[in-house]
Amino acid sequence: MPSIKVLAQREEAQVRFTAGHSLCAGCAEPMIVRTVLNAIEEPVVVANATGCLEVATSRYPTSAWNVPWIHSAFENAAATIAGVEAAYKALKRIGKIKKRIRFVAFGGDGGTYDIGLQALSGALERGHDFLYVVLNNEAYMNTGVQRSSATPRCASATTSPAGKAIPGKPQERKDLTEIVVAHHVPYVAQASVSHLIDLANKVERAMRYEGPKVINVLSTCPLGWRVKRDSTIATAKLAVDTCYWPLYEVVEGKYKVNYKPKEKLPIEEWLKPQGRFRHLFKSEEGKKLIAELQAAVDRHWEELLRKERCTQEA
Amino acid sequence: MPELKTWKELPIGGVIPGGATPELNKTGSWRSQRPIWNAEKCIHCLQCWLHCPDDSILIKEGKVTGIDYEYCKGCGVCARVCPVNAIEMVPERGEG
Repeated sequence: MPSIKVLAQREEAQVRFTAGHSLCAGCAEPMIVRTVLNAIEEPVVVANATGCLEVATSRYPTSAWNVPWIHSAFENAAATIAGVEAAYKALKRIGKIKKRIRFVAFGGDGGTYDIGLQALSGALERGHDFLYVVLNNEAYMNTGVQRSSATPRCASATTSPAGKAIPGKPQERKDLTEIVVAHHVPYVAQASVSHLIDLANKVERAMRYEGPKVINVLSTCPLGWRVKRDSTIATAKLAVDTCYWPLYEVVEGKYKVNYKPKEKLPIEEWLKPQGRFRHLFKSEEGKKLIAELQAAVDRHWEELLRKERCTQEA
Repeated sequence: MPELKTWKELPIGGVIPGGATPELNKTGSWRSQRPIWNAEKCIHCLQCWLHCPDDSILIKEGKVTGIDYEYCKGCGVCARVCPVNAIEMVPERGEG
C-alpha cells in the first residue's frame, strides 16, 4: 500500500504533474491527479477528455504534464487511451518496446457520465488494459456550471436554476459506478478527494489487474458547489460521512465498502454548507425535498450494504 | 506569456514537445491570502503536501522545507488540513 511517504518519495524523484496550471485556487482535481500518478510506479501515458483539467493544464504553449499526454475530443478519452494501448501492445509484440507502460484516462463527469459514456462502454467491453479516473465535480464546471447527469437532484445549476418553476435539478443523478460494474470489468471503485490515501490504495490495487479499471472520484468544485475555496476537503468528507458518496470497490464482482461511518450524519450536513442547495433551507417544500433526498441516500446505502453481504458470502 | 507564434511556426497537432512548462504560468500572482509555515510547529505529516492543488509545498527527503510562493494561489486548503495548525493564512501584501 503506498503510504504518504512513498507518494512523496516518488514525486521527489519525478514530478509528473506540475504547478503552473490554471485550475482554480482550491480545485480538487490536481490533488487527485497527483495522487493517481504518484500511486503508479511504472511509466504512465495519459489521455484526457475535454474539461477543466484538460483546458487548464494545456493552454498552448503551456503544459503541466511531465508524462506523455494526449487530448483529442470531449467524448473519446476512453477510445483514445484504448488506441494508445492497442498500439503499445502491437509494438511490444514485435519487440520495439520492451518496458511495461501503464495507461490512464482522466475525464470529468460531463466527459464520462454524458458525452463519453459510449466510448467508455466500448473500451470496457473490448477489455483494454487501462485505468479510467472520473473527476466527478457533478456539473459542467468548465463552461459555467451547467447540469450534467451526475448533478444531484435539487442542486441549482445554471441550466437547472432553483426558482419558482423548479427547486434545482428535478432528476436523480445517474449511478455511473454501477453502470461500470455491469460491464463485469475486474476493478471498479468509488473514491473521494477527502480520502486521498484510500484513493492511492485503490489505484495500486486496480493496477494489479489486467483489463479495464474505473475509479469514480468525487471532486469538490468550490466555484460550482459554492463553498469556500479552503473547504475542498471538508466538504467532500461530509459527502462520505453522510453516505451520500460511499467509498467502496467492486473487485472481480465482489463488493467491499471501504469506509462505514461510525455515525452516519444526516444529509443536511452535506447540503447546508453548499450554496447550490441553499434554497432547500428556505421553504417548507425544501424540508420535504430534504426528507426525500435522505430517503434516497438511505435506500442506496442499504442496497450497497446488501450487495456487499451477498457478494462476500457467495 | 511569450510572443505568439504564427500558424506556420506551430508544430503539427499543437504538440508541446518538452514536457511541463510551469515557468510560463507563475500563478503566485493570483494570491490574495498568503500561507505562513511555522517550522517549529510542523510535524512533517505531509498532509499539506498531499492536498496542495499547486504543488507548492516544498519537500526534501520527506520533510516540509517551505512554501513555493511563485505558484501558490493562496487557496488555504493546507491551513485547513494541517492537524497542528502550523500554517496560518494572512492577507497578501505582494512582497516576494
